[in-house]
Amino acid sequence: MNAIDVRDVRKTYRRYGRRKSFGTLKSAILTGRVARDVKEADAFEALKGVSFEVPTGKTFGIVGRNGSGKSTMLKLIAGIGRPTSGHVTVHGRVSALIELGAGFHPEISGRDNVFINGMMLGLSKREVASRFDEIVAFAELEDFIDEPVKTYSSGMYMRLGFSVAINVDPDVLLVDEVLAVGDEAFTHKCLDKFADFRRRGRTVLLVTHSLDMVSRFCDAALWLDHGVVRAQGDPRRVIDAYLLDVAAAENKALARSPAVPASSSTEQPNDMMKAVEGRWGSREAEIVSVEFVRTDGVAAHVFESGEPLAIRMRVRAHQPLTDFVFGVALFSAEGVCCYGTNTDIEGADPHEFTGDAEVGFVIDSLCLVAGTYSVDVAVHRRNGVPYDYHRTLYTIRVTSKLNETGIVRPPHRWTFSSSIRISGL
Amino acid sequence: MLHSLKQLLRHRALVQSLVARELKARYRGSTLGLLWSFINPLLLLSIYTFVFTTVMPGARSAGIEPFSLFLFCGLLPWTWFSSSLLESSNSLIAGGNLIRKVLFPAEVLPIVAVFAGLVHFCLGLPILAAFFVYYRVPVPLTDLAWFPVIVLAQLLLTLGFALMLSALTVHFRDLRDLLANVLTLAFFLTPIIYPLSQAPAWARPFLNLNPFTTLAVSYQEVLAIPGPFEGWPRLLIFVVVSVLVFAIGYFVFDRLRDTLAEEV
Repeated sequence: MNAIDVRDVRKTYRRYGRRKSFGTLKSAILTGRVARDVKEADAFEALKGVSFEVPTGKTFGIVGRNGSGKSTMLKLIAGIGRPTSGHVTVHGRVSALIELGAGFHPEISGRDNVFINGMMLGLSKREVASRFDEIVAFAELEDFIDEPVKTYSSGMYMRLGFSVAINVDPDVLLVDEVLAVGDEAFTHKCLDKFADFRRRGRTVLLVTHSLDMVSRFCDAALWLDHGVVRAQGDPRRVIDAYLLDVAAAENKALARSPAVPASSSTEQPNDMMKAVEGRWGSREAEIVSVEFVRTDGVAAHVFESGEPLAIRMRVRAHQPLTDFVFGVALFSAEGVCCYGTNTDIEGADPHEFTGDAEVGFVIDSLCLVAGTYSVDVAVHRRNGVPYDYHRTLYTIRVTSKLNETGIVRPPHRWTFSSSIRISGL
Repeated sequence: MLHSLKQLLRHRALVQSLVARELKARYRGSTLGLLWSFINPLLLLSIYTFVFTTVMPGARSAGIEPFSLFLFCGLLPWTWFSSSLLESSNSLIAGGNLIRKVLFPAEVLPIVAVFAGLVHFCLGLPILAAFFVYYRVPVPLTDLAWFPVIVLAQLLLTLGFALMLSALTVHFRDLRDLLANVLTLAFFLTPIIYPLSQAPAWARPFLNLNPFTTLAVSYQEVLAIPGPFEGWPRLLIFVVVSVLVFAIGYFVFDRLRDTLAEEV
């Protein structure tokens, strides 16, 4: 038995253009459509044929980027609006946590608002009365329930809204990114409430950007992208596919940012430990291009922590040089220098550098935690006078499955004596 | 449509609570509070009485004494009618957040506006009664029996217009501004500040086309004008018309229901 059944659902919105394509009043009333039949160019397809089902008692997650159609899908399931074509079937009472406290009237007391809000969500007056204490207790508003809602803080407002909606005790609960309300303790209470829901065999549909929640709570997940289902099924698999796609998109975006600025003649900054973007130098030698290369030899901008990374520089000497040093440095997003080195520091003796050449800096295992890093590359004299210095002109992103803190991830392992039983590391 | 109407009946407790909230919230923070419901019509009445007895006494026809009583019989229901329509035409747009975010029958909003108006109307009735006592005008009980029928007819008529206007205003926002002016015109085209008999003979058929004319005349005949109520056949026909207007209004609303969440 499916609690939610979505069959080939399409939803088309009309764009608001310069001219509103009104139909006549008559056609509006006779057909229930106010717009003329929407023309291709004026239409925006929020959902392009989405199908999925949620079995009763399961928790289902929908992930996707902003504007992918998640919230539209949720509204259609909630019954707010109808699909342009296709079918949405829901079995049982639905409660949607879309906007908490929508419909609260600021001038009247929390008590009256609880009653009206509860009745709007489909409870009878008696049902609200019998749950009233529970609602107030859950929202932790016992002392303020008779104050007008306009005096509430936004947290109190949200808590009350959440508490009413969750106490409607629906068969199907739709949640749209609302767990960011309240403090840590309240969030935990909400999660407990969800867990309780699941235990009692209720169905939960979760739309969220918190992938962590999806992998922890959901039995199945769906990835929506521009109104199309890109993947569905096992949450871990769906999330991985989604993350891969996000990484690819970021890769593209980072690659678009300027690789080598034409020629910015910025003066060398006084404090070399500070990360200021720019390029300077006398240009007897030049760094023509810089690439970041993965294990498989493909240029990229997103790397997994612990994977190899090679920085490949194409360089050119405009005259034969005997005094030259190649250098590389990595900066964190906060501008902290994570690591810097050059051929001179490492004891190399320069002999000759003529014409076009290639320099590689290969890191066998990228020991950085997840984050965005910028990269310096330089070629300069042994006394430090630069030929060509690129200061933080390149950006790479490091991703990680773990949520470690800090900057550096030294290669490590844990050991335990036999009296500690632990697994998963 | 019948299904929707049934749904609506299930929500009458919600309508009730929302009307109560409307009244509570309306006067929250004002010193006189609910007293305003009495003072407002009284002030309005004083203004009109002042204009027609002191500023331009010649404009009012002879034979209707006391004038303020006659005026009140038409003014009180008109205030209910016009304020309900103005409020309900804006109700869906004002409650847009609800319609977009919460699944609940949207027709509740205009209906609440009309019933809140009805409550204000009822609060005005004791003042009207006080006038009768003050002027020692007797109201025959047989005439008074018609009073609830007139109120019911007005309620249905107003609900019909309110539903239709509220849904259409979402799509054609111009209606809000248009409505205010149409109502002003309609006020003068209704025998409220003058008796129907004073209008020129050629204009009377047109005045009778105005749906509120029958209502105003009925109120006046039942309450202010001595003698038995003779307009009852016309009133009964009007009740049928009101039911039709309500049905049409609800039909229009029901038809546009699905578009509301997107357009509001």
